[in-house]
Amino acid sequence: MYCFFYTFAAVLIKTLKKYDMKFKIVVLAKQVPDTRNVGKDAMKEDGTVNRGALPAIYNPDDLNALEVALQIKEKRNNTEIIVVSMGPPRAASIIRESIFRGADKGYLLTDRKFAGSDTLATSYALSKAIEKINPDLIVCGLQAIDGDTAQVGPQIAEKLHMPQVTYVEKIESIDDKKMVLTRRLERGVETVTLPFPALLTVHGSACACRPINAKRMLKYKHAHTTSELQEQNRDYTDIFKEHPYLHIEEWNAENVGAEEAKLGLSGSPTKVKEIESVVLTQKESKRFTEKDQDVDQLMKELLETRVIG
Amino acid sequence: MENFFLDNEHLKFHLSHPLLKSIVKMKEKDYTESKQYDYAPFDFEDAMDSYEKVLEVLGEICGEVIAPNAEEVDKEGVTLSNNVVSYAKGTQQNHEVLKGAGMYGLSLPRKYDGLNFPMTLTIMVAEMIARADASFSNIWSLQDCAETIHEFASEELKNKYLPLIHKGYTCSMVLTEPDAGSDLQAVMLKAHYDDASKCWRLNGVKRFITNGDADIQLVLARSEEDTTDARGLSCFLYDRLDNAVIVRRVENKLGIKGAPTCELVYKNAPAQLIGDARMGLIKYVMSLMNAARLGIGAQSVGLAEAAYRVAYKYANEREQFGKKINEFAPVYEMLASMRAKIDGIRSLLYETARYVDMYKLYTSESKTRSLNNEERDEMKYYQRLADIYTPLLKLFASEYCNQVTYDAIQIHGGTGYMKDFPVERLYRDARITNIYEGTSQLQVVAAIRGISSGAYLKRVKEYENMTLKPELQPLKNILLDMTARFENVIDILKERNHPEIFDFQSRRLVEMMGNIIIGYLLLQDSNRNDNYEYTARVFIRMGNAQNHERENYIIDFTVNDLAAFQTNK
Repeated sequence: MYCFFYTFAAVLIKTLKKYDMKFKIVVLAKQVPDTRNVGKDAMKEDGTVNRGALPAIYNPDDLNALEVALQIKEKRNNTEIIVVSMGPPRAASIIRESIFRGADKGYLLTDRKFAGSDTLATSYALSKAIEKINPDLIVCGLQAIDGDTAQVGPQIAEKLHMPQVTYVEKIESIDDKKMVLTRRLERGVETVTLPFPALLTVHGSACACRPINAKRMLKYKHAHTTSELQEQNRDYTDIFKEHPYLHIEEWNAENVGAEEAKLGLSGSPTKVKEIESVVLTQKESKRFTEKDQDVDQLMKELLETRVIG
Repeated sequence: MENFFLDNEHLKFHLSHPLLKSIVKMKEKDYTESKQYDYAPFDFEDAMDSYEKVLEVLGEICGEVIAPNAEEVDKEGVTLSNNVVSYAKGTQQNHEVLKGAGMYGLSLPRKYDGLNFPMTLTIMVAEMIARADASFSNIWSLQDCAETIHEFASEELKNKYLPLIHKGYTCSMVLTEPDAGSDLQAVMLKAHYDDASKCWRLNGVKRFITNGDADIQLVLARSEEDTTDARGLSCFLYDRLDNAVIVRRVENKLGIKGAPTCELVYKNAPAQLIGDARMGLIKYVMSLMNAARLGIGAQSVGLAEAAYRVAYKYANEREQFGKKINEFAPVYEMLASMRAKIDGIRSLLYETARYVDMYKLYTSESKTRSLNNEERDEMKYYQRLADIYTPLLKLFASEYCNQVTYDAIQIHGGTGYMKDFPVERLYRDARITNIYEGTSQLQVVAAIRGISSGAYLKRVKEYENMTLKPELQPLKNILLDMTARFENVIDILKERNHPEIFDFQSRRLVEMMGNIIIGYLLLQDSNRNDNYEYTARVFIRMGNAQNHERENYIIDFTVNDLAAFQTNK
């Protein structure tokens, strides 16, 4: 019954699409702590990430995803790029940066009820938001550098009953009905054809994102969510009335019609059992010289201990 | 993430100068453009915020793209084939990224797709880019040609060419010829009006043209037959799409290898006159050269900053005799002197840029309405200051840039002489700064007028009257003493009344004055920010000692001494 409903919804989406010629791309972007430059205070004593010590950045793979969307927009008329980010209120800066780089608009999915979500609850919340936008294509980064699960994209595709292509490296071509993509796999590349609507996850080896554009930045630097302006004690009614493009809309659980039981901790079957802080210490060491026999010996030992091979 | 704006507190400091408020207000026409353009600022704070945001993006591009490309660019150089000059791959990438970021045409008005940034800001960008790759800063800074088109060309030319700058079209200033280097009055490239095609035609050879194969070329040419001096020269715009120029060769150079230096042959090339005939050198090229000299000032400061940073890093990592080498007096003295020189020329750079902004803004204002007396006086005041500060800046910045990169290698020792470290490239790149856009010797010729007329001294007296924190008084006393001695030297030379001796001593005089002016600038910086107190002390002590030496040399210099030098003539 459940499955039937989704199939029916997918058919309905396709039918409605015929009347709305705009090609909508949703890009999913996440604000993450910069785990690439980790200092000594990056972890707390209990082994959890010390978010205060790490700068909040645009998840690197999501930038590749945004670039893929921007390249499609260049190839295809009447395309709109909508960025969706789920996170705390300060994640609005991810929406702004996306717009500076060329996205058309964005929604911030933010609600205390989302706190503590694992990938299942996250993909549920995001899929509800995406249903509301009803896009032709969803593009997300392969994985986020904080969790490194690479699960959210595929789970969303499953929930929306859409085909998905993971590890996308390049768009070869695109027309009204389908696109041809190259995937970066462990031992080579694979070219696939994909109909719409669909979901892609983009590999970090894809084209780097274009830079922030100066004029777009100066135009949209005042774009804010209502709660950002409330926090600054600024009156926003006039600003948003005069310049509607400066309003970054916030959606909570209710706005996207998400069931509370499926969100946050209660919607997350993943439970952290234990976190162990592992400090690596050198126990023993062996020295090999550059002589042939030593190198042979080293290779043998590495093979025997299954470090390689 | 490397960011050449965020990691350099000096840039933020110079952005906070009080005069910027007047500059930005005038540049933004009292913030009226925000009604017409959604990316224009609506007040001073908003404008400053925009500047900082743009500088931050550029700082990241410098740190993450341009600087990492610099080594390969230096190795690869440029190539000439089929009459087309190609940049190194890294240079091409730099250009594409900046183009995509919409960073070309920063200073142009919004109606030509620019961002309407004041000169002071674009100079700061030039400094950051030069720190990343000096050769790329040449290509970048040649956008200044657009300023000449904007100021002097017809509406038709402006509408056609200025919007191209934002799209990333490149420019070059085509002045030098085999027999006309420092002496541009000798330019021979011929321009004649072709009645049939109703345009000017250019014929002749140009040499040592930086970025010579650019899309938009400003060419100095002799439009008046039978003339031999500056009054026969006019300025033309040549469009590369007309395909009537042969790039005969690209030079193989000591440094700035990423910037092509071309020999060009104009073969009946169609061209359009900029402004009025016969004003080419006297007015337009002089204005262009002044902007370019400011640009070389920025390039010198950026290069010196890059050299200081690698030297500082090395001195704090390298250990000898069981200690970091930065703990040895000869090394830390060098580093502190480098820092003081850089702080000094940077302060002079932004002081000059602000003067140029002020006078240019008044000038453009005067074209739309008549200025009142007070405004007219201000315009003249800042124009005079821009005139005398520009050669002083070019002289000091480029010479210090050479000294700083030289010392940076010295701190590295043998390692610095190797290609494995970037410092040898910085040293090679620096060597051109005191040669092109007018050698140091020519800057002295321009600056000595400000010495003879007393214009510099007048400014120094104004500095003397500015209030300072009491703890800076001892340093100010040194500057007061240096000034008194300078005046004494001038009196002695006047009394001697020997023009050739005065001429012979002119560089010493200009340098003495420069030491005093930079000393005052650093004192004012210290007054606004305690961090500059040490560099002010280092600089003023050094300047004072140098001035004593020069003074001694000048005071008992006789006609016989002069004759001894002239035996080599």
